[in-house]
Amino acid sequence: MYFGLSEEQQFFQESIDKFLEDTVTVDALRSYRTGEDDNLIDDVFNGLNELGLSGLIIPEEYGGLGLDSLFAISVSESLGKGVAPYPFIGSFLIAPFLINKLGSDSQKQKYLPSIANGEYRFAVALTEMTGRRIEKGIQSSKQKLSGQSLFVMDDIHSTHYLILDSDGALHIVEAEESGLEKVELKTVDITSFVSELKLDQVKTEDLGNGPGNIDAIKQAINLGRVAIASETLGASQSMLNRSVDYAKERKQFGRPIGSFQAVKHMCAQMASDLEPCYSMVWYAAHSIDHIPHEADLMACQTKAHLSEVGAFVAKTSTEVHGGMGFTDDLGLHYWFKRIGLNRQLLGSPDLLREEAAEAQGI
Amino acid sequence: MNLDFGNEYADFRNEVQSFCEQYKGIHVTGSLYSYESVMDPNEKPKIEMDYKEWQKILIEHGYHVRHIPKEYGGFGGDLDIVKNVIITEEFSKSKIPTGVGGQGIDFLVPTLLEMGTEEQRQRYIQPALYLDEIWCQGYSEPNAGSDLASLQTKGELVGDEWVINGQKIWTSTAKYAQMMFCLVRTEPEASKHQGISYLLIPMDTPGIEVRPLVDMTLDAGFNEVFFTDVRIPAENIVGERGQGWLVANKTLVHERGSLGDPNKMIRRYDKLVNLMKSEILDGVRIIDKPVYRDRLMKIHGKILALKSHGLRLLSGRLNKGQDINLGTMIVKLYGTEMRYELETLAIDVMGELGTLYNNSPHLRDNGGWQYAYMYYLGLIIGGGTSQIQKNIISERGLGLPKEPKIQGA
Repeated sequence: MYFGLSEEQQFFQESIDKFLEDTVTVDALRSYRTGEDDNLIDDVFNGLNELGLSGLIIPEEYGGLGLDSLFAISVSESLGKGVAPYPFIGSFLIAPFLINKLGSDSQKQKYLPSIANGEYRFAVALTEMTGRRIEKGIQSSKQKLSGQSLFVMDDIHSTHYLILDSDGALHIVEAEESGLEKVELKTVDITSFVSELKLDQVKTEDLGNGPGNIDAIKQAINLGRVAIASETLGASQSMLNRSVDYAKERKQFGRPIGSFQAVKHMCAQMASDLEPCYSMVWYAAHSIDHIPHEADLMACQTKAHLSEVGAFVAKTSTEVHGGMGFTDDLGLHYWFKRIGLNRQLLGSPDLLREEAAEAQGI
Repeated sequence: MNLDFGNEYADFRNEVQSFCEQYKGIHVTGSLYSYESVMDPNEKPKIEMDYKEWQKILIEHGYHVRHIPKEYGGFGGDLDIVKNVIITEEFSKSKIPTGVGGQGIDFLVPTLLEMGTEEQRQRYIQPALYLDEIWCQGYSEPNAGSDLASLQTKGELVGDEWVINGQKIWTSTAKYAQMMFCLVRTEPEASKHQGISYLLIPMDTPGIEVRPLVDMTLDAGFNEVFFTDVRIPAENIVGERGQGWLVANKTLVHERGSLGDPNKMIRRYDKLVNLMKSEILDGVRIIDKPVYRDRLMKIHGKILALKSHGLRLLSGRLNKGQDINLGTMIVKLYGTEMRYELETLAIDVMGELGTLYNNSPHLRDNGGWQYAYMYYLGLIIGGGTSQIQKNIISERGLGLPKEPKIQGA
């Protein structure tokens, strides 16, 4: 019996951590924000693809690494830790997962190898199933899609869109297709890429339309939710680590602030809340592949719980840093905002808890 | 990741399962320790059995104190954590009670095995295992709570006897106990941690007075114990003079890690769900009211986290390379605070009726919710308060600097 990440997974995490520490520095993020540096996004994209992230879960026969859900979420933990501006969850987990599950042989041949090598970039529009805020969402008729999707994930230099319509059917749309209008949305989190899509009679390609669709979509959403939770875990751990380091260094009243119980107890509470989250995220990911009857419930509760713990850690660790925590100089807010965005993606915690209640027949 | 214990344990699980099948529906009576009510209250007990007899059967089959050597009355099995997990799992599935521990089995016996003399092991372990001799723990004092090492109960070696004077408090089971293991200051000249000895005191020794301490649940779960010129033989010491702090700390670590069993928490959660289904407010089941539902689900999320965390801690004990140091430190804080939150919700879902107590009409589940609501506040404080836990987590877990010492403290 072994419950945890394997040595291989930990080693893989270390290489991602190392790359992100060197590349996504606070200075680099600031230059990207102010427009002085246009290369950060491409550097991160190419560097992480080189490590194999674009093909991580794509089967080896289609040019990927063929790794499982646990591996995937161990990677997203590192991406959160290093607050990576990289479209992992939408482009390289949800899209290839669904294409691999539901695509025809020729669709798999066409898309998967090109996703794995970084040529095709999918953004995903699943809000029809995870909290639609527009009355008329997306309708399909005669191979044409019309309507609006308000919050499309991981839309950066996209070549394709994977869109869920209001009847639960999936469509692949080419980014250049006529009738498709993309409006870039700017969230607080500059490390993520969100857009709004307006569709007017856009030509589409169906992705699967059999009875297995809904299960596969649910599984993909589960994977996405747990991966987001794991990102939040990584980002939170990073904020706690920085708080502890700061509390050891920063002196007031002639002693390190970390020797005051008020500060100590804030750190201890963060650690106590975070520590069980590792196990929760691992178990949730493991259940996607191996314990299917627990997977829906675990995914909802894991993302809901991590959203709450993340919010607490984000706030508390900012407070441990005092006024500095509030500044752009220190840059702690990039993690704060990533955690804040993640909280709302693919279902906010309150909605997820309701779903969790229903999933256990309550 | 591998959640399987492997084929070598399949036979053992079968063996435990057939034992459980044999005793399904058992009701254990007469114990002063509360057996957690695992049976469905509507089910009629099939077998009634005295607690000592049940304890004996469990020890003989190796389902309790499995690794205590045969020569001291134990089963003499290997120290195999997986087997203990299988026993707990199967007993829990079949809803039959596991053996009881108490202060003697949980704390004294491991201490004697590690630090005791051969005579002490021969004399004390077997009666403790079979509950023929009940033990209580004399640690806390009115002025030595969180700062336990500042304890002042005095022990003086006069001839071949220790003469003890002072007072202990929070001594559970002292009313029934035949024996106490006790921390006493025997070296007044030494520094605070080096001046303590670990003594074994028969409770019928003249000069001992036990006064029940009524707590907020209105039970007298604890006692105060007063010592006036209490004389015990000089050999009733475990470890050397002045080593008592070291001896005691081995078992305190155990105490802090042992609270917060996720299986118990899940059973309690299921009970709460049932309560919320049966309570009706303005014609609507509480469970269908979104505000209460949401609180329930928040707690459920924490329980699932703790349940998964339990797997990690187990894994860390089986795989030596896995670091569970910080993970172990948080269990007492996390488990007790969460349990209190659960009991709080139970009171709130009953509203005004949640305040009923003492066999009042309209009482739900025999008043167990209100009792637990208070009892678990006690557990947040006992065994190292939440604040002490946070000091430990931040200093030993996260490496934050200690608070500067005040001179003379």
